Amino acid sequence: MISALAIMALGAIILGAALGFASIKFKVYGNPLVEKIEGLLPQTQCGQCGYPGCHPYAEAIAKGEADINLCPPGGEEGVRKLADLLGREVKALNAEEKPKQVAIIDENTCIGCTLCIQACPVDAIVGAAKQMHTIIAKQCTGCELCLPPCPVECIAMVAIPETVDNWKWKYPVTEIRKAA
Amino acid sequence: MLQLFKFKGGVKPATNKVQSVTLPIAVAPLPTRLAVPLHQSIGGMPRPIVEVGDKVLKGQKIGEADGWISAAVHAPTSGTVIEIGLYPAAHPSGLTAATVVIEPDGQDRWIDRQPVDYATLEPEAVRELLREAGVVGLGGAVFPTHGKLTASKTVPMEEMVVNGAECEPYITCDDLLMRERAEEVVRGAGIFRDLLRPKKVLIGIEDNKPEAAAAMRAAITALGDAFREFEVVVVPTRYPAGGAKQLIRVLTGKEVPASKRSTDLGVQCFNVATAYTAWRAIAHGEPVISRLVTVTGNVDQPRNYEVLIGTPMDELLRLGQPKADTDGIIMGGPMMGFLVPDQAAPVVKATNCLIAHSPELFPPKPPEMPCIRCGECARACPHELQPFEMYWFSRAKNFGKTQEYAIFDCIECGCCSYVCPSRIPLVQYFRFAKSEIWTREREKEAAEGAKNRFEFKQLREEREKAEKAEKLAKAAAAQAAKKAAEALAAASAPAETAAPASALVAAPAPDATSTPDAVKKATIEAAMERARAQRAAVQPKNIDHLPPAVEKEIAEIDARHTQVFGTADTAPADGEKNN
Amino acid sequence: MSHYIFILIGTVLVNNVVLVRILGLCPFMGVSKKLETAYGMGAATTFVLTVGTGSSWIIDHYLLMPFDLMYLRIIAFIVTIAAFVQLTELVIQKTSPMMHQTLGIYLPLITTNCAVLGVPLLALGAKYDFVESLLFGAGSSVGFSLALILFAGIRERIEGADVPTYFKGTAIALVTGGLMSLAFMGFAGLDKYQ
Repeated sequence: MISALAIMALGAIILGAALGFASIKFKVYGNPLVEKIEGLLPQTQCGQCGYPGCHPYAEAIAKGEADINLCPPGGEEGVRKLADLLGREVKALNAEEKPKQVAIIDENTCIGCTLCIQACPVDAIVGAAKQMHTIIAKQCTGCELCLPPCPVECIAMVAIPETVDNWKWKYPVTEIRKAA
Repeated sequence: MLQLFKFKGGVKPATNKVQSVTLPIAVAPLPTRLAVPLHQSIGGMPRPIVEVGDKVLKGQKIGEADGWISAAVHAPTSGTVIEIGLYPAAHPSGLTAATVVIEPDGQDRWIDRQPVDYATLEPEAVRELLREAGVVGLGGAVFPTHGKLTASKTVPMEEMVVNGAECEPYITCDDLLMRERAEEVVRGAGIFRDLLRPKKVLIGIEDNKPEAAAAMRAAITALGDAFREFEVVVVPTRYPAGGAKQLIRVLTGKEVPASKRSTDLGVQCFNVATAYTAWRAIAHGEPVISRLVTVTGNVDQPRNYEVLIGTPMDELLRLGQPKADTDGIIMGGPMMGFLVPDQAAPVVKATNCLIAHSPELFPPKPPEMPCIRCGECARACPHELQPFEMYWFSRAKNFGKTQEYAIFDCIECGCCSYVCPSRIPLVQYFRFAKSEIWTREREKEAAEGAKNRFEFKQLREEREKAEKAEKLAKAAAAQAAKKAAEALAAASAPAETAAPASALVAAPAPDATSTPDAVKKATIEAAMERARAQRAAVQPKNIDHLPPAVEKEIAEIDARHTQVFGTADTAPADGEKNN
Repeated sequence: MSHYIFILIGTVLVNNVVLVRILGLCPFMGVSKKLETAYGMGAATTFVLTVGTGSSWIIDHYLLMPFDLMYLRIIAFIVTIAAFVQLTELVIQKTSPMMHQTLGIYLPLITTNCAVLGVPLLALGAKYDFVESLLFGAGSSVGFSLALILFAGIRERIEGADVPTYFKGTAIALVTGGLMSLAFMGFAGLDKYQ
């Protein structure tokens, strides 16, 4: 009886000491996972996920506080990529997925108040006080944060038109049988 | 005798070339209008330098090249510019592209052509001339030729390959070009030879074109000692022996990997038609305004035409007298061509052939069946890729894996689809995968840029906050110092004056911070009122009898407006004209 | 010498831990969705199983048998295996946080992996000496990794296939595992010696 206890206690002490030493030697600082998650997010900085930007959302996902299906600009594709990276279940997007849009300013109505310039998180609006404002379409992410601040409601969202440059080949579909 | 090499794979479809080589090249008559697209080469899109209503001459530049990898665009005949805008493009999507539409005046008047003796010019100047003349690769890739005329700095140029193989069935434009205009082709290749300085110039021609080979040999002999390093080499007929990498392999044995340029291995390849246009541009001062097009397929009179760029395809096809059951036009050959969605699309520099499509000549493909992994496609692939693997992952939309199987090395030649027993349209899957991958790359780049700008904006705001705080601190410190000085001065002066002085000093400080905000708010309110009043006040008054200048202006504004906002006019809630 | 080779061939192919002895199915099903995680899990299990078998043999022969404490076998083995698993987890977290995240809960679950406990017990039951039991452990873990990697490869390809809806996911994976077991039955009789 005593020998049993003694042997188990001895084993526990030795292994415990070894583990303690190892846990100090192999201590991990920081969390490089956040960068990887952020790399998969669309960087729209729109706040639709409920977090003020893509980096805070990435941190929340890494901590496990946030679900991976909260990002509408990333779409279903983004949820799938995050699921692949983290080994979590693919869930349906909790918001509706809209086609890509860019904002456009109606220059006749713009009053040059710079409120939209301050609102744009990615500096896609060019202009100054009392000068004409215009949106650089290539840099607009479609986050719609500039629409509420405009006092004269001169900003509208338009879908990105399909041109020869951004046209995609469609997935091949073969007709097996004509519907009667 | 040059030792020839082999490339793995390839197929031998029926060539169907005999029909269109019986008659010589005919010059196509002037069409009713010419729609010249601006973007006819790889690289930057040329800017239009003419306006609607301008009178242009034949060969006049209408599109200025944008950047180094870009080529200029010229008017194919004399006439008036009637439209600059979106017009059906010669593209499988059926979308429109920026085009300059010219109405010919029937006189076909040339600009003042300036032939040049290129031997007197610097190589840079010759390249510039070729760029300004719009010389691009006419084999189908339309890469600006001046961009290919610089040898590698480290690897000496050994062979220059001139591609007269024309491996795709039905197409015979290069064949007839070599038969009838061999001398100019050789002289054009001579220009390239002088810029690249290779040791040998090898002209590859497939063995189903003996007349063309003979004509080219005769031209080289006739031109004498200056072209002594030129050699015509006849290669076995096999599709796609005319692919650049395949022909380089057959003639020189070199295999150009995807990661390198062919000049890094000391070899470069040009099409015979490109050499021809280069000679016309340099020695005759004629920019690229026409090309040979084979009109064949379901027509009564298949033949090759010299066609002006911008000729509508349906008008060109009518010259061949299409049979009654023709139901479409294929631009290109049967392996790599596509069905043109809108037959009014113009002939562009990439158009080498128009095939009249009929259900009898090109029976519809049976539906695709599951892949049985027979491996025929891998056996047929000229680049030794594995089409069945690329198909599997393209189908599963696993684009990372498709790139692992080198999908971007695929030249979409169609050999794999041709041999597949399950009739799977493999090339369609690969095109789908490639365009998805490109779209993702673009999105990723845009996201990176957005992230950088977002971070910079955060940085800038913090910096401004810090600067403002510093300024306020300095101002507060200055105020405090001033107050102290005043108090000191007041202490020595009579007591009554001290109080109002300090009060004066103290009073402006709190107001200074509040008034700018209040003023801003007031101006914003005023502006909003003005805008509201403007919207309410703009009633369409007196728009019936306006002077024509004002009418034209209104029409222009409306056109710009629709172009910006799309077809629907975004009228405000009150429903007035948003002018 | 040939005795050792037979042990190795026996554990890797003939009596494969996962496919023939049907031990250690949790990580086999849980981690085999991607090839990278399969490699990681295979490596981790190899380390734990080999070292665990060796140390279990030492504990059994020098601590338990002399003091007649055979009834403590399972507890003692589990304690040592748990310590080694924890060590492995620390090392993986340090060297490859990505792998640590993707393996997730399956890394500490190596402790409760029936193969990791079963192999030392089987080695003791066969009365192997130290070198033989070490080889037994190493061979079993190599067989485990082999089965896991093959399975992961097949599962990755099944991802792109046209699987009927109700078979997608675990169902088709189990069918595949069963077919692999049938295939490995073909190795029976390979190990004929004496």
